[in-house]
Amino acid sequence: MKPLFSLVMLALLATLSLRLAPLLQPGEELGQVAAHYASQGLVDNRGSNLVTSVVVNYRGFDTLGEVVVLFLSVTGIGFVLRRRQGLVLPAPVPASELVRTGSYLLLAPVLLFGAYIFIHGHLTPGGGFQGGAVVASAVLMMLLANRDRHLPHGLLSWIESLSGFAYVLVGFVGLFAAGSFLANRVPLGQWGDLFSAGLIPVIYVLIGLKVGTELSALLDQMTHSAEPEVKREGSR
Amino acid sequence: MEFVTLYSAAAIALILVGLAGVLIKRNLIKMALGFSLLGTGANILIVTLGYVRGATAPIVDSPALLEDAGSLVVKQGAVMDPVPQALVLTAIVIGVGVTGLMLATIVRLYANTKTLDVNALTRLKW
Amino acid sequence: MILIDIFVGAIMLAAAAAAMWVRNLVSAVILVGVVSLAASFIFLRLGAPDVAMTEAAIGSALSTVIFLIVVRRTESHEKGPEVQR
Repeated sequence: MKPLFSLVMLALLATLSLRLAPLLQPGEELGQVAAHYASQGLVDNRGSNLVTSVVVNYRGFDTLGEVVVLFLSVTGIGFVLRRRQGLVLPAPVPASELVRTGSYLLLAPVLLFGAYIFIHGHLTPGGGFQGGAVVASAVLMMLLANRDRHLPHGLLSWIESLSGFAYVLVGFVGLFAAGSFLANRVPLGQWGDLFSAGLIPVIYVLIGLKVGTELSALLDQMTHSAEPEVKREGSR
Repeated sequence: MEFVTLYSAAAIALILVGLAGVLIKRNLIKMALGFSLLGTGANILIVTLGYVRGATAPIVDSPALLEDAGSLVVKQGAVMDPVPQALVLTAIVIGVGVTGLMLATIVRLYANTKTLDVNALTRLKW
Repeated sequence: MILIDIFVGAIMLAAAAAAMWVRNLVSAVILVGVVSLAASFIFLRLGAPDVAMTEAAIGSALSTVIFLIVVRRTESHEKGPEVQR
C-alpha cells in the first residue's frame, strides 16, 4: 500500500515538474535587487568576489544565522552521541605506515591551503566555508593517521566561541559606525589588494575558523563517540 | 538545446531519484543518501536559475567587466546572478550539518535496536 | 562542449540511480560522492566557482566521509525484502 502511494506521489510530481520545466528558462538580465548587488557590489565593498560580498555584507545577518544553525547541529550531534561514563574504548586498528607518513607530510600544506582560501575570500573564489572545510579535512587526515588521538576539545570550543563572539562584535562596529548591523563603512582600501574590502576579510576569517573547528568537532564526535555505544549494546 | 536546459532537466531528474529513494527505501542510511541526492538536485536547479547568457562568473578580476575605468560600476549583464549562488553556498553548508545530525540519530537508533529497517521500528505503533 | 555536458549529466543520473539500486551501502555512499563531484563540475560550468568549491570540499569529501563512518559503525549491507518483516 505504502509503495503504491509513494509511486503515485512521484508520478504526480514528475508530471508537475514536466509542466513547470518550460518556465525555467535562463534569463537575459537580472532582477532589480540582483542587478543592484551585481553592479554596485564593487562600489560598496571593493571585493572582487561578488558572491562573497552578498554572503558577508548584504546578507551578513543571514550568514550569522547560518553559522548559528551549524553550531546547533554540531551541538545536537554531540548530545545524541554523548559518551557514557566508565566505558573502556576498544583498541583501534593502527593505521598503516603509508597512511601515517603521507598524512603527516600533507597536514601542514593542507592547513595552509585552507587558511589561504579563507584569507583570500574577497579576491578569489572561496571563502570561510570552503576554507573551513579544507581545514576540517586536514584534521580528518590527522584522525586517520593516529586513530586514538583525541582533539583538544577545550581549545576547539574556545576558538569557536571566540570567533562567533567576534563576529557579533564586528557587527556592532557597523552598528555604531554607520547605523546598521554589519554595515561595511570602514576605510575600504584599493580594489584587488589583500587588505581591502573593509570588514569582509575579517568576517570571513572568523567564519573560516568557526566552520573549521565545528566540522572538525563533528568528525571527531562521529569517529570516537559512536564506538562504545555499539559495543555496550552488543555485550548486554 | 542549450546546456542550461539540459542541466535543469538533470536536476529535476535527480530530485525525483532522491525523493524516490526517501519514499520507497526502507534502509535508514539509504534514506539519508536519498536526502543528500535531493539536496544536490535542488541546489543545481537553483543555480541554473541564476544563469545569464553570455556572462562570466561573478568574480570581477579584470577592468574589462567594468562600465568605465574610473567608476567601479560593473557592466549590466556582464556577470551571473550572485544571489542564487550565495543561497546555494549557504544551503550546502547547512546540508552537511543536517545530514550529520540525521546520521547521528541513525547511529543511536542502531545502537539501541540493532536494525536499520524502518519497518522494524514499530515501538510507537499500536 | 555540449557533448561533455551530456556525458557529465548522464554520469550523474546513472550514479544517482545506481546509488539507490545497489545493496552494498559502501558502494552506494561512493556513488553519491560521484554525484556530488559531477554536481561540482556542473556548478563550475554554470559560472559558480564558489559553489563548485563548496560542493567539492563539503558535499563530495566531508559528507562522504561522515556517511562512511556511519556505515562502518552500523552495517554495510542493505537487507533484501525477503529478510524484512
